[in-house]
Amino acid sequence: MQKILYVFLLLLCGNAHAALSIFACEPEWAALAQELGGDKVSVYAATSALQDPHHVEARPSLIARARRAQLVVCSGAELEVGWLPVILREAGNPDIAAGKPGNFEAASYVHMLEVPGRLDRAEGDVHAAGNPHIQLDARNYLPIAKALSARLAQLDPANAAFYNSRVQSFSSNWQAALTRWEAQAAPLKGQAVLVQHRAYPYLESWLGLKQVGELEPKPGMEPSAAYLAQVLARLQQQPARMVIRAAYQDGKPSEWIAQRARVNVVALPFSVGGTDGAGDLYGLFDDTIARLLGGLK
Amino acid sequence: MYQYAIIFVAVCAALPAHAANDAELQSMREQIRQLEQRMQQAETSGAQATAQPPASPGDNAFNPAVSLILSGTYGRIAENPDVPATGFAMSPNNHGYSRSFSLKESELGISANIDPQFRGVATIALAPEGGSSVENAYVQTTSLGNGLNLRMGRFFSGQGYLNEQHAHAWDFADQPLVYRIFWDNQLGDDGLQLKWLAPTDTFVEIGAEIGRGRGHPGTDREDSNGAGATALFAHIGDDIGASNSWRAGISLHHTRRVDAVSDNVPDLPGTVDGVSNRFSGDSNTYGLDMVWKYTPNGNTGMGSLKLQGEYFQRRQDGLLTYDYTAPNATTAGANITDSYSITQSGWYVQGVYQLMPRWRAGLRYDRLDPGTAQVGALNSANVISNHAYTPTRSTLMLDFNPSEFSRLRLQLAQDKSREGLTDNQLFLQYVMSLGAHGAHQF
Repeated sequence: MQKILYVFLLLLCGNAHAALSIFACEPEWAALAQELGGDKVSVYAATSALQDPHHVEARPSLIARARRAQLVVCSGAELEVGWLPVILREAGNPDIAAGKPGNFEAASYVHMLEVPGRLDRAEGDVHAAGNPHIQLDARNYLPIAKALSARLAQLDPANAAFYNSRVQSFSSNWQAALTRWEAQAAPLKGQAVLVQHRAYPYLESWLGLKQVGELEPKPGMEPSAAYLAQVLARLQQQPARMVIRAAYQDGKPSEWIAQRARVNVVALPFSVGGTDGAGDLYGLFDDTIARLLGGLK
Repeated sequence: MYQYAIIFVAVCAALPAHAANDAELQSMREQIRQLEQRMQQAETSGAQATAQPPASPGDNAFNPAVSLILSGTYGRIAENPDVPATGFAMSPNNHGYSRSFSLKESELGISANIDPQFRGVATIALAPEGGSSVENAYVQTTSLGNGLNLRMGRFFSGQGYLNEQHAHAWDFADQPLVYRIFWDNQLGDDGLQLKWLAPTDTFVEIGAEIGRGRGHPGTDREDSNGAGATALFAHIGDDIGASNSWRAGISLHHTRRVDAVSDNVPDLPGTVDGVSNRFSGDSNTYGLDMVWKYTPNGNTGMGSLKLQGEYFQRRQDGLLTYDYTAPNATTAGANITDSYSITQSGWYVQGVYQLMPRWRAGLRYDRLDPGTAQVGALNSANVISNHAYTPTRSTLMLDFNPSEFSRLRLQLAQDKSREGLTDNQLFLQYVMSLGAHGAHQF
């Protein structure tokens, strides 16, 4: 009897001492939160790198996980607009509502690219706040890490010093890695690339890649064979070194182009876990750059 | 940016009007260096970064979020769709079919947070023949916490799986027969709904509703202060691996039907065009629902499969007045009242498979059991107790989705829900949404 009572009390009070519960919309933010929070946080990644983050279903399991989350970490900029609002609404957890300290949007802390001058669905799936795929510019992680760490400290003040020291060491390690990646990626500067989806402006601006075309006629629209033929025709005038696609994307359109235009297909991890090499945040960029360099051969 | 402004001000303040000598410059440099150091410390200590980020416009970019659904069909049906399914003449038959080209209801949706405590949602259906009706108009709490959600107003009941989905999200052009007949397509009521989500990693949700009984099988009673209908439901769901997810549910619905009059009901004497019957009594319905989705690695694109099925069983128990005389009728009916009870059921299963990036194909099978009625002795020669027929329907669907906002659909059905009237139906349909990007439920 006494044992049961103890177990019950433990269940009841357990939460007070448990790790800060984090619901990360994408695996890169799960990895960053884990990096910054260490054993003081427990992180749940709502999606994997093999999933198209635009088209995630508001699955029951996600709602259940958001119910007890103390912090939601997402890209923002409307990337999750098709599913996250349902989850936040159904979870019955006001701590993680938009605008609350428990709701962290990474896009708020970086300079957004491709902010559309004209909002029109005729332009395809464009986002009012700009292109949301901010995770592919490694430089973005410094301001985001700083803000996220501050948010962890705000929600869990008892461990503020711990979070502060974690972010300091992360920042200096990351800075060193940035220098290394930029040196490795030097041959990529100015190289012409074709992309399957308009997901790489941040990567291109960081590494100096030159995008000469997209396989999707409009962002978010699957290319038809006729459209791919047009892209191929344009490639004659403006050749590209490689076609880039994300691990989660169907490989057929890029394979089709690559065979005919005799260029390499480079499947990038896109997020942590997208390839075997992208096991963590450092691996994500090690592997991305290695694959891009491979595409030059 | 900010720190440079401070440094600039500091430099200005330190700059005397006359030219600075070397010593002064030296001390100024020292001051700047110290200032920079202090700025860096402030940044890294996190004290500054706790400031709130600029708000994202999100769903409220258009405050409130406004969306409009446009839909139209071309229909080819051979038999009169107004003939009800065999054994269900006392149930609704709101099929929504029309021959040739027709505009469907346009659905105007408006939603926004009202204040930190409430969110409001309204869906207005604009009928093609003119006029509008309020489909949904409810407020829901946003700050109760502890997994609680309270709704007030007019809303679709949370029971079952399809019931809460709006017409534009259906995978077929019409509802399954069991929904059309048991719930008049969708159970909606004016009332309260309280849902509670359990604090577990498995999704467990329990809900209770109380309302005036506006939607079938309720009979909207204006002369009663009590609740007309109650519903209880529970859902449980989870993932299996990265590619499979499911949700299952049970539901109970109770209402009391009062003076529910049905016209053109076939009878044993074979009256031409049937008779009008009136029923008063209890209606209890229980339901089971299940949906399973296979999405390769969690992607709803190519190769994904959605399987769903629902079963409802309804028991009605009360008094039936055979050949009831309506208050304004010109000829008097027989008006024979005696006991009447019946258990009826129905189910459907359907699967939708994504063949190609923009193409989906679906198959649905419907089946109803009209049941055998226990008819009181006074009406035993009047009321049909056993129809000895099982209504069924098979439906095939193919849709093309140029984007997530537009859908073009072809639907073929063989409807055997009416004895002796096998109907082959064809529908072409478009469903498009413009305006705010609504998030879809599972």
